[in-house]
Amino acid sequence: MTAGQITAIQPAQEAPDQAGVGPLGPKPRRISAGRIGLYAFLIVAALFFLIPVYIMIVTSLKGMPEIRLGHLFNLPGEPTFQPWADAWLHACTGRDCNGLSPGFYNSVKITVPSVVISIICASINGYALTFWPYKGANFLFGLLVFGAFVPYQVVIYPLIIGLSSVGLFASLPGIIIVHTIFGMPILTLLFRNFYAAIPVELFKAARVDGAGFWRIFFHIMLPMSLPITVVAVILQVTGIWNDFLFGIVFAGRPNWPMTVQLNNIVNTTTGVREYNVNMAATILTAAVPLLIYFISGRWFVRGIAAGAVKG
Amino acid sequence: MQKSWRRRFHLPAVIGTIPMILVAVGVFVIGIGFSVLWSFTSSKLFPTYDFVGLAQYRRLWSDSRWLVSVNNIWFFGLMSITCNMVFGYLLAVFMDQRIRQEDLFRSIFLYPFAMSLIVTGLVWQWVLDPNLGLQAALRNLGWSSFSFAPLVDADTALYALVVAGIWQGSGVTMAILLAGLRGVDEEIWKAARVDGIPTWRTHMSIVAPMMKGAFATAFVLQCVSVVRVYDLVIAMTGGGPGIATSMPAVYVIQLITVRQNVGQGMAAATMMLLPVLVVLAFSGILLWRRNREASA
Repeated sequence: MTAGQITAIQPAQEAPDQAGVGPLGPKPRRISAGRIGLYAFLIVAALFFLIPVYIMIVTSLKGMPEIRLGHLFNLPGEPTFQPWADAWLHACTGRDCNGLSPGFYNSVKITVPSVVISIICASINGYALTFWPYKGANFLFGLLVFGAFVPYQVVIYPLIIGLSSVGLFASLPGIIIVHTIFGMPILTLLFRNFYAAIPVELFKAARVDGAGFWRIFFHIMLPMSLPITVVAVILQVTGIWNDFLFGIVFAGRPNWPMTVQLNNIVNTTTGVREYNVNMAATILTAAVPLLIYFISGRWFVRGIAAGAVKG
Repeated sequence: MQKSWRRRFHLPAVIGTIPMILVAVGVFVIGIGFSVLWSFTSSKLFPTYDFVGLAQYRRLWSDSRWLVSVNNIWFFGLMSITCNMVFGYLLAVFMDQRIRQEDLFRSIFLYPFAMSLIVTGLVWQWVLDPNLGLQAALRNLGWSSFSFAPLVDADTALYALVVAGIWQGSGVTMAILLAGLRGVDEEIWKAARVDGIPTWRTHMSIVAPMMKGAFATAFVLQCVSVVRVYDLVIAMTGGGPGIATSMPAVYVIQLITVRQNVGQGMAAATMMLLPVLVVLAFSGILLWRRNREASA
């Protein structure tokens, strides 16, 4: 069941209720104890999810003297955007004081090619597995899906050795290859399941008309793949943007993504801890995936659900 | 005959899936093979082929840091998966009561999942910071004896990680289980109501068993993320205080980077792989038997 179907069902269930009530207009809500308890639970839960971010936003707009007063929940007395500017331009990691902006551009440089390449690879994989299964293809696919469950730590060191033997360790192409590798199992699964739902007659008709592997892919399958591609893009952009482990291991110091730089800025032990700058930096790092989340809405949920359903 | 042969070895299909072949065989078979191989050698900074048998495993299991890590991952895993499932299920059930503002609540419950675990770790590090977070705030409000600083205490730091994990992940569990709940036929609810079965009973005995798939999905997702928990620990505690919140994933990375002990690191990585292999083999057998029964 997808999120889209849920929305389609919802109004249909409520319609007969309203018709049966008799009087027009909204049904008067019964306010029972259970109902109050229900909302109380949901609101308390919502506060649990919201308060940490409220604290971050409020604190990032305060000056350090105000933070030292310790009124964590108060709104800023004199709101200032200086911490945000500092976080972006001047925050220090060790001796470098260039802020988060280099990390942001690095993350863009890592994320965009990784997303594009991994989706191209995965869509071809899914297409070939569904319509052109050669001998052993499904075994390979099984190995690939197995890779989705493997702890990263088991493959990281061989990858370090492999990439450095071809001179790509600690480089931009290196980290892009790593993201493509680890994105492949889940994306291939996603595309394979999507293509498996396409009527095979479509494929057979194209075959009868003499179209080959690539022609069918580019002219028939690819134009139909928009919905699944959107899901894949959401999944990959948030996943790669939020990655820390691969970035710190494989990207190399000059290419460190935003998450790595954020952690370095915040967990640097030298000097006074500038909580407002640190929190502004944290919000900036979270901004891109959050933006994607709020824009994509239900697609995001669909991506999680689709990615989660194995085999 | 010839046609089916051509279908089996269609060259463009093989060429198109070269990346998959490279990743499946090159990374997930050969790579893992080398990791296991190096776990039997005395490799330090670089891999060597000086085989020492099981010596690395013996040293691993006598390293207190590893033993703490293993304990931690079990504790953290059991705690966070249980809490996550219970809380996620409660949220899903409550969300399913035709509430107002459902979309708003859903967005609130789910947004932490969109953020990096580094962000989650830092956020909770601050909330629980004794000089800045909840403790300081409540003391300022006049409750001067209030003491709440789980992160600086070795006995409680792990609980703090669990809370952060729930904050990040229970929304996803909620979303998956809610989709499962909505997939249950409305007629079942009506039938149960007609029979006078209390709602909670319907949930426990009828609806929950029907949502096996959704529960399994959420559970697998949780397990995979627990085994991989690295970013959260690094951002929130750095494995501390002391080694109190060290995890196998953190341990392996430390050994191959900071402590330059690849042999033992690979032994630890192999130990991480082992439970995954056992579970996969087990579910593989189950699946195979079910398929055989279906075809018989």
